[in-house]
Amino acid sequence: MKVIDCPIIGTRPAQEFHYGGELRQMPEPGQVDDEHWADYVFNRNGEPGIKREWWYHLPSGTWFIAERDNKSDQFIRTYLYPCQEADR
Amino acid sequence: MSRLPTPAGQWINRDQPIEFRFEGDTHRGFAGDVLSSALWANGVRVLGRSFKYHRPRGIYSMANLDVNAMVEDVSGRRTNLRGDVLPIEPGLDVCAVNTAGGVKRDRLRITERFGSFMPVGFYYKAFHRPRSLFPFYERQMRKVAGLGSINPGNTPQSTPKEYAFCDLLVVGAGPAGMSAAIEAAEQGLRVLLVDEQPHMGASGAWQFASDEAVQRTCHDLARRAGALDNLEIRCGTQVGGWYADHWIALIDDQRLTKLRTAATLVATGCFEQPAVFANNDLPGVMLGSAAQRLIHLYGVKPFERAVVLAANSDGYRMALDLDHAGVDVAALVDMRLAGEASQWASRISEADIPLYLGHAVYEAHPRPGKSGIKAALIRPVDQQGRVVADGEQHIDCDGIAMSVGWMPACGLLYQAGVRFSYSRHIEQLVPGQLPAGLFAAGRVNGVFAFDDQLTDGRRAALEAAVYLGKYDGIVPKAPTHNDAPPSHPYPIVVHEKKKAFVDLDEDIHLKDFVNAHQEGYDNVELLKRYTTVGMGPSQGKLSNMNATRILARLNDTSINETGTTTSRPMHQPVSINHLAGRRFAPLRRTPMHRWHAGHGAQFIHAGDWLRPEYYRDGSKARDDCILDEARRLRQGVGLIDVGTLGKITVSGPDAVAFLERIYTGRFAKQPIGRVRYALACDEGGVIIEDGVIARLAEDRFYVTATSSGVGAFYREMQRWAIIWQMDVVLANVTGQLAAMNIAGPQSRHVMEALTDIDLSADAFAYLGVREGMVVGATATVLRVGFVGELGYEIHVPASHGLQVWTKLINAGQTEGIGPFGVEAQRLLRLEKGHIIVSQDTDALTHPYEAGLAWAIGKNKQFFIGQRSIGIMNKQLQTRKLVGIAFDENYQGPLPEECHLIIDGSDIAGRVTSIAHRSTLGYAIGLAFVRPDQAEPGTLLCVRTDGGCMVEARVAAIPFYDPENQRQN
Repeated sequence: MKVIDCPIIGTRPAQEFHYGGELRQMPEPGQVDDEHWADYVFNRNGEPGIKREWWYHLPSGTWFIAERDNKSDQFIRTYLYPCQEADR
Repeated sequence: MSRLPTPAGQWINRDQPIEFRFEGDTHRGFAGDVLSSALWANGVRVLGRSFKYHRPRGIYSMANLDVNAMVEDVSGRRTNLRGDVLPIEPGLDVCAVNTAGGVKRDRLRITERFGSFMPVGFYYKAFHRPRSLFPFYERQMRKVAGLGSINPGNTPQSTPKEYAFCDLLVVGAGPAGMSAAIEAAEQGLRVLLVDEQPHMGASGAWQFASDEAVQRTCHDLARRAGALDNLEIRCGTQVGGWYADHWIALIDDQRLTKLRTAATLVATGCFEQPAVFANNDLPGVMLGSAAQRLIHLYGVKPFERAVVLAANSDGYRMALDLDHAGVDVAALVDMRLAGEASQWASRISEADIPLYLGHAVYEAHPRPGKSGIKAALIRPVDQQGRVVADGEQHIDCDGIAMSVGWMPACGLLYQAGVRFSYSRHIEQLVPGQLPAGLFAAGRVNGVFAFDDQLTDGRRAALEAAVYLGKYDGIVPKAPTHNDAPPSHPYPIVVHEKKKAFVDLDEDIHLKDFVNAHQEGYDNVELLKRYTTVGMGPSQGKLSNMNATRILARLNDTSINETGTTTSRPMHQPVSINHLAGRRFAPLRRTPMHRWHAGHGAQFIHAGDWLRPEYYRDGSKARDDCILDEARRLRQGVGLIDVGTLGKITVSGPDAVAFLERIYTGRFAKQPIGRVRYALACDEGGVIIEDGVIARLAEDRFYVTATSSGVGAFYREMQRWAIIWQMDVVLANVTGQLAAMNIAGPQSRHVMEALTDIDLSADAFAYLGVREGMVVGATATVLRVGFVGELGYEIHVPASHGLQVWTKLINAGQTEGIGPFGVEAQRLLRLEKGHIIVSQDTDALTHPYEAGLAWAIGKNKQFFIGQRSIGIMNKQLQTRKLVGIAFDENYQGPLPEECHLIIDGSDIAGRVTSIAHRSTLGYAIGLAFVRPDQAEPGTLLCVRTDGGCMVEARVAAIPFYDPENQRQN
């Protein structure tokens, strides 16, 4: 079983975590046509590569961002949202 | 008894004889013996029957791979026990599996006569036509297929599970593994060293047993390993599987251990590989390593007169071991034209062992009934490696020991993602790039010489120490193999007529491969599935390498181009009780649970919760109990435990703005002390949650959510609060608070004496919320109308729940108060036409379909789902949720939830909720229908169980108290 590094309490087994999907920017609802809005709601990018993803540590109730290579399933780093560029 | 004198037999204790039974006969062995060694010592040669042809089989590997010597307890307690790893113990009473009438006279041996009618792929081709006969074929095949039998009368046994942690796991306690574990421990790592055998030493104990210097070194390593405090040794423990991030399943005969290690060092060594020649499966033909294990570990003389088939120096050393053990070595047959270049060649001639260079065993001659062998037929090998008839010789013997090559025990490395490539230098597979934290040493890494194995173990341990930050010095290079290849590139001899076995698990012989290849199965993965090579209990550990060599030759390509198959957990067969376990599913009970249980409550699971479905009343039927509970509430007063409701507090300066974004409604102008219905959608505009929001202060709200949905909903609330960066504090207080709803015309009267809150209609109106004391508990009291009567939902700390509940019950006695369960509540809310999210809505339902347009705030700047709801509202609506009702006098069958509404030949909708009886006196429900059917009075056709069509009519909701007078 994989281990995931929660930014608050550290390394815990994957079964303690809930996957929250890729970090995505909601388009401004008033500024976008129906087609683009539907694309945001329904379509997900499954392309292999390094993804920024939402993960939730269930026992402590903590949302955080994980950078993960979804091809090799390697977690690269984790941090709380939002990450300032200076922290990186 | 063919026991050898000491020092042979390191693992047995001759002072402790043990009696046991095999196939009804009593035998004697010693403590430390396994079944196979003890039987062999007693002269028993036929230990089992093969899977398909029921050919007699004996000892082959003695390395946990002898799946043809498989037994089961006569008592039926255990089955499919492998003889080469089953310790004998007093009272052991076992029989061979998969025989008809015992291993000696197995009646199923007749199947071999039909062997020529059962070519490879026979089952696929023959048994599916005609289709109607398949059940018959299946029954017949089930009788003869499979191995051990299962006794359904066995009592379940639970085995413990354990968790363990270490810095470095070393797998295999052979020369490389012991040396690695000691080095790593001396570098300060917490090391766990495991070996599947009951003692340390591995190949050091049998392969080099006659080398005194090696034995001294092995004993010294074992002593040093045992003396290190930070080195734990577990023998008799196999690694079942390697999983992500070095999560390892360790299995011993007692328990499954779930190990988390920071790094893994694989020193699993090699499996010796058989040669393929006619009758190479009969009792008496075995791997050289099996003969050496019998001699050195168990003190058993494997044969009286042996022919040794060799293609490496290991075979020469083994021939000398046999000679030393008193076996008459009639011939050393070396498949290599040039023979052995090392000192071992002269040692063989010194021992007067006849040497046949460039020869191979062509066939083993069976004894009557194939119960053993009586001779080996050897033929010369030509320059191309083929045997030629010219010069054939017949050598009498009762055993053939083979040492023609090895295959790395690569299972764990494969599981960890390592790829192997073929090295012509050693004619064997070697591991490629290892992933982070994984290390390999010794023979599995292609390092064979004893001293080199020790060096390679230390090298890998230091690499692990560097990886774990415990060492920053020089790491030596891996030793390279300098001698002749330890494996023969093609130890396979074609026989024109007789079966030469490649896979003993599944009885697959050389001809099967040729046939499969002719049929076009020229890819290793396809060939594996078609022939089933490597799919038996030993998972190809003795057959995959030869199968790959055969296919490469048939395709006229290299091994690397042919490719190898991978390996998955479990690495060795595992008793299934180690894998079974208790499930840790959470189960929640409300603080009033014991009261419910003491008052006849029948519980149902609702999400994680246990809730009273209804309270049994004497011998009354379930439906009568439910209807009585509902009627009592409509006429007087009832009390329900709603502690499972989701409860969330939302506070902070941005609390209002946050709720307006989460929910569809408006809350900015909601007065303090008031409650509003709240509906939430996802980004697609689909209803996901509903509840009420009570405003307790300008910046403090108390929110309820559905019992089963609150966990996920609260999680999403947290995420949006982070994304929007809002100054809001959320707390899920579901478990902290108990909640109950007292409802009915008499509820105010019962409550009045128990609280300091002013309950008068003017002071505390419908949809109000008050904080105060209720029978000594701080309470939040909400006036909500889910069941459609005057009522008070009381939320108190969980620790006070039971006390408040019992006081309410006691205080209501004169008004005839009674508890009601979930079923009565579902009926009462249905009478009011209130939906239950996820029962009356599905994964596509938007508020307009559900008749909840009124819950959407007008002119809101933003809420989740708003944009999508706007799009859907522009489209033609395809369905609508409506009430349905049946005639009061209707007597026929009634639909259930999810039964379909039929219009002509089309599906027009479905029933989402139904109550067969109600306090109104007739059956009611909710259903999705087409918008043109939504008008009250419309007749609907509903298809019920068995296809019976019944008529219902669309009815206006609420069914009960349409003017909403009673809840005020």
